[in-house]
Amino acid sequence: MSKKFWETLPQGSVVLEAGSSAKFKTGGWRSMRPRWIEENCIQCMFCWMYCPDMAIKATAEGKRAEFNYDYCKGCGICALECPGKKGNKAIVMEEEGK
Amino acid sequence: MTAKPLKLRELAKGEERFVHGHRMCSGCGAPIIIKQVLMATDYPVVAANATGCLEVSTCIQQFTSWKIPWMHSAFENAAATASGIEAMYKSLVKQGRLEDRNVKFVAFGGDGGTYDIGFQSLSGAMERGQDMMYICYDNGAYMNTGIQRSSATPFGANTTTCPAGDAIPGKLQQRKDLTRIMAAHGIPYAAQASPSNWMDLMKKVQKAFEIKGPKFLNVISPCNRGWRSQTNDAIALSRLAVDTCYWPLYEIENGVTKITYRPKEKKPLVDFLKPQGSFRHMFSPQNEWMLKQAQEYVDKQWERLQKEAASFGAEEKDK
Repeated sequence: MSKKFWETLPQGSVVLEAGSSAKFKTGGWRSMRPRWIEENCIQCMFCWMYCPDMAIKATAEGKRAEFNYDYCKGCGICALECPGKKGNKAIVMEEEGK
Repeated sequence: MTAKPLKLRELAKGEERFVHGHRMCSGCGAPIIIKQVLMATDYPVVAANATGCLEVSTCIQQFTSWKIPWMHSAFENAAATASGIEAMYKSLVKQGRLEDRNVKFVAFGGDGGTYDIGFQSLSGAMERGQDMMYICYDNGAYMNTGIQRSSATPFGANTTTCPAGDAIPGKLQQRKDLTRIMAAHGIPYAAQASPSNWMDLMKKVQKAFEIKGPKFLNVISPCNRGWRSQTNDAIALSRLAVDTCYWPLYEIENGVTKITYRPKEKKPLVDFLKPQGSFRHMFSPQNEWMLKQAQEYVDKQWERLQKEAASFGAEEKDK
């Protein structure tokens, strides 16, 4: 986003575009990276419900899709809450960049 | 409007009204709560926000994470702001300048902006009977400015303004029971919820939106920075808070208390305190009395709540 100066900003500190924070990517904060293992996923959607960064995509049918790494901050809530299948977690945390 | 079905797959099809790109810390509990609240309903919602973590990190000049009309004015007046918006809306509808679309008004505040600084405006709005809901996300201290104690800080917690050391072993006072204070205003609906029990939280939000008049919802919001815990345990800790009865889930509707979730087995309070670094000093031998006192207080509160609920006979069976 280009820099704006006070002359060009809307008056009264209003933000006219709803949901514009989507232009600010927070994925760079991450030090741990979650990985989704689809065969262990039971589609419980708990990870989607508990993600504080809305970084888990859902399909039009309401099913879980891949992570949105542009916004995932790598907190690991999804991996901890994942019930998995037969004791195998469907989300594992890995060190970023490895 | 009929209540939205609370099925995860159905909810996942819907549009998000609180979007990514906000700058809350990694693993924060508050955005989970906001997301669940806004997801619970299809009504148009207008929100006011008290100063706090949620406000400063979701609305930074040019960027907003909200897809609903949202307003922040100051720390102490979120409830007054929401009352004003509500009064203006009612007036415009009455004058025929605006079509009534059944808009719901919500004010969000942290525990600092609710328990302490915003208390007078909140109390006033509740007393005036404004048709609005106030939602407090309670993380137990002023986390945004660097973990100063608030009146929501639990007994024994180590914060920067009540540091555990030689002089005092953390906060020496018990926390204020705000949900009961709000219920004492005689409002139609006051409840306590937790993001770990999302179904319970969303049901309470749906129920509250159908009630006319002032509503209050207090939600526990784990903060890994202030509680000195791990980034991944926001949900696990809020679940422990519920299971240890530190944060019982109940509602007070028109003066009738009802426990909405009863843990199968009441866990000892240490399970909730142990993962948090801010209670570490309580586990040293000379501070054993603190653990005992904290447990006694939780037991007493839970006992009283159970008695109260039983006296109304409105108890819901375990599901």
